Amino acid sequence: MSNLAQYRRPFWDTQPGYRFDPYGSTRLRSPNEPLIVVPQTLSEITGPAFGAEFVKKGDNDLTRVSSAEAIGERILVSGRVLDENGRPVPDALIEIWQANAAGRYLHKRDQHDAPLDPNFSGEGRTVTDALGRYQFKTIRPGAYPWGNHFNGWRPQHIHFSLFGRACATRLVTQMYFPGDPLLEFDPIFQCVPDAKARNRLIAALDWETTVPEYALGYRFDIVLRGRNATPME
Amino acid sequence: MLYPTCSQTVGPYLHIGLSGLNRDDLTQGLGDLGATPVIIEGRIIDGEGNPVSDGMIEIWQADARGVYGHPDDPRHVPGDAGRAGFSGFGRVPTQADGGFRITTIKPGGVPAPDGQTQAPHLVVSVFMRGLLKHLSTRMYFPDEARANEQDWILARVPASRRATLVAQPAEGGALRWDIILQGPGETVFFDI
Repeated sequence: MSNLAQYRRPFWDTQPGYRFDPYGSTRLRSPNEPLIVVPQTLSEITGPAFGAEFVKKGDNDLTRVSSAEAIGERILVSGRVLDENGRPVPDALIEIWQANAAGRYLHKRDQHDAPLDPNFSGEGRTVTDALGRYQFKTIRPGAYPWGNHFNGWRPQHIHFSLFGRACATRLVTQMYFPGDPLLEFDPIFQCVPDAKARNRLIAALDWETTVPEYALGYRFDIVLRGRNATPME
Repeated sequence: MLYPTCSQTVGPYLHIGLSGLNRDDLTQGLGDLGATPVIIEGRIIDGEGNPVSDGMIEIWQADARGVYGHPDDPRHVPGDAGRAGFSGFGRVPTQADGGFRITTIKPGGVPAPDGQTQAPHLVVSVFMRGLLKHLSTRMYFPDEARANEQDWILARVPASRRATLVAQPAEGGALRWDIILQGPGETVFFDI
């Protein structure tokens, strides 16, 4: 057994698997063989650290990449990054990306017939503070069609990428919006069997961060894996 | 206790948010790292043998002495001059042919849980559209046959599949290591 305090394994069905037939791209990209479960060694309980030096002022404001403001419904997305033990994860880099208000990505592979916004790149970055808090200012992304199945549409979402403290805590996820009628039909959202677990991907309307006469606030807390207090023997 | 947030795929447009941290040369602009730079080249291949042109890999490794630049490595010293600024982190997207190329150094062996030393290796994370959560694997070095035989993690891999984790010498001193997602020669992936 390992002599290092281990990051805990997820509860059954609270994380997606690899092959999930309703999401067609998983069929040829998921391993056939079961993963080999290994205790974490020093290699897995360490990982890259990216502090404030990787973020410029304004990187968390996606509405102001040029002199004119991006078009769309301005929103503030904020929350805390915590570990399973409820402890804040400070100085944690968060990278986000999203479609514009029309549901179009600034990406050569996105050929959706919807307008690009010259004042919106869809890329953002920030670092959590000492209490694990973060905030982005952006515009609400549009829904868009995708080729997974006939008349398939992705719900509005923002992609989030975090490292946490270790290779074992690496997380890429997506944040969704409350009340979106497309969630019920989205194979990517539905890939997590446990309904409570997947519903935690839906942000909450938040009056505390809403700025009157300016922008609605949405709250999205992110939980990374946490370590056991003592090594397993 | 809280529950970890669910993983979701990076999707096809990952480059928008993730290119800012691309690092394809871990040695760039650094001084003496105590090791010769090595180029690692490979491709990501899907279950029908097609290249994955919209993927990304990240690597994490120790320095040439086998020390991680991380406070949870007990041998780590903040501002350690012996590291010469080596971060140990790389990130590269795959190209149209599924290929990736990264320049780094061979890490030293790092401590294993049993008090022995793990064979030099890279921790590799694989991301792409169609992966609902990233895959974790390791790359080992072909000139470390003896250390590989005794490696604490490789010992947990069926002998018939271990070769998928060991790079092969290629032209010009480079190393070749392909990631096969599914089917014959499927790369070993770990649940860490």
